[in-house]
Amino acid sequence: MSPQSHSHSLDTVKHAEQTPETDLPWKELGLKEDEYARIRDILGRRPTGAELAMYSVMWSEHCSYKSSKVHLRQFGEKAPTEGPGAEAMLVGIGEQAGVVDVGQGYAVTFKVESHNHPSYVEPYQGAATGIGGIVRDIIAMGARPVAVMDPLRFGAADHPDTKRVLPGVVAGIGGYGNCLGLPNIGGEVVFDACYQGNPLVNALCVGVMKHEDIHLAKAAGTGNKVILYGARTGGDGIGGASILASETFDDEKPSKRPAVQVGDPFQEKLLIECTLEAFHADLVVGIQDLGAAGLSCATSELASNGSGGMRVELDDVPLRDSSLSPEEILMSESQERMCAVVEPDKVDRFLQICEKWEVTATVVGEVTDGDRLEIFWHGEKIVDVDPRTVAHEGPVYERPYARPDWQDELQADDPAQLPRPANGEELRAATLALVASPNQAAKSWITDQYDRYVLGDTVLAQPEDSGMIRIDPETGLGVAVSTDGNGRYAKLDPYEGARLALAESYRNVAATGARPLAVTDCLNFGSPEDPAAMWQFAEACRGLADACKELGTPVTGGNVSLYNQTGEAAIHPTPVVGVLGVIDDVARRTPMAFRDEGHLIYLLGDTREEFGGSAWSQVAHGHLGGRPPRVDLERERLLAEILIAASRDGMADAAHDVSDGGVVQALAESCLKGGKGARIVVPDGLDPFVFLFSESQGRALVAIPRSEEVRFTDMCAARGMPAARIGVVDGDALEVQGQFSLPLEELRRHHEATIPELFG
Amino acid sequence: MARVVVDVMLKPEILDPQGQAVQRALPRLGFEGISDVRQGKRFELEVEGPVDRDALARIHELAETFLANTVIEDFTVRVEDADGNERPAGTGTAAASEGAVA
Repeated sequence: MSPQSHSHSLDTVKHAEQTPETDLPWKELGLKEDEYARIRDILGRRPTGAELAMYSVMWSEHCSYKSSKVHLRQFGEKAPTEGPGAEAMLVGIGEQAGVVDVGQGYAVTFKVESHNHPSYVEPYQGAATGIGGIVRDIIAMGARPVAVMDPLRFGAADHPDTKRVLPGVVAGIGGYGNCLGLPNIGGEVVFDACYQGNPLVNALCVGVMKHEDIHLAKAAGTGNKVILYGARTGGDGIGGASILASETFDDEKPSKRPAVQVGDPFQEKLLIECTLEAFHADLVVGIQDLGAAGLSCATSELASNGSGGMRVELDDVPLRDSSLSPEEILMSESQERMCAVVEPDKVDRFLQICEKWEVTATVVGEVTDGDRLEIFWHGEKIVDVDPRTVAHEGPVYERPYARPDWQDELQADDPAQLPRPANGEELRAATLALVASPNQAAKSWITDQYDRYVLGDTVLAQPEDSGMIRIDPETGLGVAVSTDGNGRYAKLDPYEGARLALAESYRNVAATGARPLAVTDCLNFGSPEDPAAMWQFAEACRGLADACKELGTPVTGGNVSLYNQTGEAAIHPTPVVGVLGVIDDVARRTPMAFRDEGHLIYLLGDTREEFGGSAWSQVAHGHLGGRPPRVDLERERLLAEILIAASRDGMADAAHDVSDGGVVQALAESCLKGGKGARIVVPDGLDPFVFLFSESQGRALVAIPRSEEVRFTDMCAARGMPAARIGVVDGDALEVQGQFSLPLEELRRHHEATIPELFG
Repeated sequence: MARVVVDVMLKPEILDPQGQAVQRALPRLGFEGISDVRQGKRFELEVEGPVDRDALARIHELAETFLANTVIEDFTVRVEDADGNERPAGTGTAAASEGAVA
């Protein structure tokens, strides 16, 4: 519905001044009464329909972060001020994506975003356009996209709706990413009934540039032209930002389901090439992609980040559907569009580049010397606002939050009481059940649908601990990225859960030999209007900000997705943390596979009895309770240093982080990846079950050639890192001496059959 | 035996990259004067027994749940008689006349 439909004539600024009493559909557009009153206050009159459209989308939760802002500030306030992460920051929070110095003159930009709600409504296109959106954020910074990753959460694996959502999402990610020619190097797939009505589809993109190519989105310089380029504007996704992403689904109001957007990856590919060529030719003052809230967002953000105002002729916007009203043009979320600010004498060259790439490009406005954003339609002024009030000075809420009363009971429900496997035979059965469970099973049926190796620089990809991309073919400089987040841990304790997410991601990057530098986060939570969900969010932000400070890895940007809730049922709080690390020479990476018989297997770190939120408690008992594993970030840092040194000095042949499922899961994965068995001895003083299934943090498995053993153990001893020799790579079975032996074939059958049987 | 035809088209406000690709190709191939192309899918269903109200209701249901993705597509159902003449039998748009028989 467009506000225009409520009046017969064009609702100009003049008309709005003359008709102060006219009712506008502010409520239907998602605004609250006091928000509407504030808009009237800012303008000193009622808004026009077009102004209302802009404010409503820009002040939506999705665009304004109005409920999350007060908590997100901690990421800036607590940002580490020293150490490699802080020194590497070139562009921080607030820009379209953060930028990190990775050495040799290169900079890397990376960001994770959510496309949760659209992917539930229309899985294929929702997931596809999620990739499209994050890729445009990266090219808007002046970087060439080099890889994508997708952290995914679905409902129960055997639920019929998961069979609708998962294949669509996976095909959408593959379809768009593969057509774009970007390798998909990792991510996660997690099933839990809590995501049934609210699957999480997060998308991360990594881009590379030279330092001098960094560009920020701003519209400076009076007289500079505003050029809209890319796809034509159509009626898709209108109000998607305010309505689709910012309200809970309500079955009684089907009219609230607006049309979703359909993406065109081939158009996006042209946009990438066209944008980067324009950047390299130095033709661009500022650039911004059109995502949520479309032209409303791009014009108001570009104008308010610049020095002056902006004047836009809406009639000049190329349309796919000539019947669109001005409000609809402003709100449309048609994909594959970008907005550039270009000096007048460079406009012709910019347009020539667009023409070369067959990209439609049109001058739609110019930067003015005032401080107003003015938009005209048929020669009449329909928008006259201070762009800052639209883009940056939206409402900010201190939402009430409270620790839910069930939290104590949940934490008191200690998994220590659960029956455990008591002998070798039961441990063997528990191992098979674990590796075959949907969350621990091989995900290759999914990731094989993505192109992992296109562009030819993929060094590591799923199922390795991190994805790794080579940046410079001469020197071997590369980056590794991992995304992690355990909603079960976060449900038990959101503060610790967020810290655990960072700890795991950090460890995953270090396990490959890369030095962790910076963080991006996608915070997926329930409704901010629910004090319990808001408490989870506040706690998770506090935890992540504290942990980032402690580990010296600043948050460079990210995204918040709230309202992941159907009725009373919110998802588990799911902070997804992406960590980016740098490796000087990708040839020195450490893969996860056990490759050579005779290599010694060491377990680094301490194993305690920690089963709260564990994979075993879920698989064996459907249980969620107790406390998540303890986090010791100093230990994580030490472990990372050991793993990086082992990679750099060629001491480790394989390394694999120990997380969900514990040591036995990690052993199974390293054995299966390398096609080599292992003979394992339970360390003295450890209960075999605790040794195999506990999820104590700060641990990793490494495979060390015998020739390196003394050097490696000396290093661990010198630095105070517990290292226990637990076995040797050998044979074609995973054998835990005195307990059980599992032939690799049997292990593989269980591990690899689950997902194809469910979805194939 | 009768034939029922289900035509599925992307909703008018939805981007149609395939249609656009066709349209862009036309002038290159020397075909002028076409201002827009939308591409859809046509299903021909051979129906056993009479195409009565019940049969059409069933076809309408299968079109709605399987042939068309009604989040982004509209569909129409029509019956072709032995001579190849067509009669409309309902659509999948907002104004759908559920399984109406002409």
